[in-house]
Amino acid sequence: MAYERVPGLVETREEHGETTVVVEAARLVDACTHLRDEHGFDMLVDITPTDYLGWGTPGVSGYVGTREGRNLNRPMTQGFQVQPRPKPKRFSVNYHLLAIRQGAPRVRVQVWVDDSEAVPSVLHVWPTADWFEREAWDMMGIAVENHPNLERLLMDEDWEGYPLRKDYPLGGEPVRFSGEE
Amino acid sequence: MAVVERRGTKDPIYDGSRIPAPVPTVLPVDPAQRESGDVLTVNFGPNHPSTHGVLRLEVDLDGEVVVGINAKVGYVHTGFEKNMEQKTWWKAITYAPRIDYLAYQNNELVFVLAIEKLLGLEVPPKATWMRMLLAELNRIHSHLVWLGTSALEIGAISMFWYTFRERDMVLDLSELVAGYRMHTRYFQTGGLAEDVPVGFYPECRRFVEWMPKAIDDYDALLARNEIWEGRTRGLGLLNRADAIALGQTGPVLRASGVDWDLRRDDPYLYYDRTHFHVPVLPNGDTYDRYRVRVEEMRTSVDLVEQCLDRLERMEGEPFITDDRKVVLPPREELHTSMESLIHHFKIVTEGYRVPEGEVYLAVESARGELGCYVVSDGGPRPWRVKFRAPSFAALEATATMVQQHYVADLIAIVGSLDTVMGEVDR
Repeated sequence: MAYERVPGLVETREEHGETTVVVEAARLVDACTHLRDEHGFDMLVDITPTDYLGWGTPGVSGYVGTREGRNLNRPMTQGFQVQPRPKPKRFSVNYHLLAIRQGAPRVRVQVWVDDSEAVPSVLHVWPTADWFEREAWDMMGIAVENHPNLERLLMDEDWEGYPLRKDYPLGGEPVRFSGEE
Repeated sequence: MAVVERRGTKDPIYDGSRIPAPVPTVLPVDPAQRESGDVLTVNFGPNHPSTHGVLRLEVDLDGEVVVGINAKVGYVHTGFEKNMEQKTWWKAITYAPRIDYLAYQNNELVFVLAIEKLLGLEVPPKATWMRMLLAELNRIHSHLVWLGTSALEIGAISMFWYTFRERDMVLDLSELVAGYRMHTRYFQTGGLAEDVPVGFYPECRRFVEWMPKAIDDYDALLARNEIWEGRTRGLGLLNRADAIALGQTGPVLRASGVDWDLRRDDPYLYYDRTHFHVPVLPNGDTYDRYRVRVEEMRTSVDLVEQCLDRLERMEGEPFITDDRKVVLPPREELHTSMESLIHHFKIVTEGYRVPEGEVYLAVESARGELGCYVVSDGGPRPWRVKFRAPSFAALEATATMVQQHYVADLIAIVGSLDTVMGEVDR
């Protein structure tokens, strides 16, 4: 199926047998409405934001034990010795769509945003987006415009920070050892 | 796909949409009714025996009638996805089954399948059939727990003893095959962690012969039980359009008359090589959701039998792929082969590396579409793991389904969604 007429289309990718349609964040609602009405994607299955902070830099992925981590490009490093392809912005927000019909076609709509930018809400296209967008805000700090009830979903209302961001420490709460005092 | 006509009548479950506005998951109280002063706000949960885990419902009651509801989740949020980013790929598999502690095998399956998709691994047929068999056994297990506890909440206490008797048989089979009763971590990247033990097939055959009789027992207890029907029929309605708009999947969707099952419509493993019946019912009420699950148990027993027919002829075939960059070498080789020792050491300490990429993979869990979105940067640890939990979407439908029902029915209706809070909060 061709996606050239999707509003705000940036590019279309085919990887691992999955189609990714990258659209401009500002035209997300138009693109989603188009995909629902013209292509028949009647179900929003999932919204998955991903943080790419530190993507492709040493010390992020690799052996846990050293201070710098493991440089994938150093000689003697086994495995896939390539830097991953750079990403356009810090966050990607993926909307996984499914059409309830023969062949179960799926498509992933992807938008890219930086820390200060917001994505428009697709709640009026698929009502199920409600909690998924709240989760994206709660866990990853993706601001959603025009959402009528954008509150924290899983964390406490007064929680600080966004736990699934890469700069959020594992554990998240400061640990105080008795010997420090 | 085809929509099944309603029994007897051809009218839809209800016209139009009942999804509340402006927030689809919050049922607001009519301001005029609030002014009259008769509305009482009751806090329901988070620790309430009938909430199936730690779920809190803020319910607005007018007398005994629900006029407003707001579900609060997050009480068992443990940060599985964050933890999995810190572990190597093969260690992260351990986390997946704990997310949904009733359909644990399906969670394990979807994560392993996602890794294999990124790696482009071929899995031996024996491992694939065995995965199918365990996934179906696990579906029976999950439905049994649901049936027992939901019936218990409505007052049919004896059901609980019957279903937990068969649940124990499934757990015994789990223990036989993997050594653990739950959270087995038996699925390994590339196949199975160990070969199928001697004696498993005959035991499983015995279960397959027993189970249909047990399901007949459940039917005898509940299907035409007047109290059960009174408590479930026509309650918690959800029509086809609303179910799809609210992202419902699995038994909830099929009970609303949508003929949709990923095992048949988007086949994974070897489901396209088997024949099975997908139960679909048209009324969209609590009773139909119960019927769909019971019928699905029969389907699963049938599928287990079909898997057994294949597996019994596969004695001695490999249970895991021999790609030594990903799969641990056999234990006995470690004493004789330096190469095997190195591979073993590398995989255990550093983990294998998975090529860069992103995949989304979905399987039909006991609760519906269980998806796993995985991003790799080419390193030995996942960059991002996100589970699409069917219970998460199911809970969003609460506000649509409980409108103008009694608070006693609220328990039955929320129970009929079969939510596992571990999966909702992750």
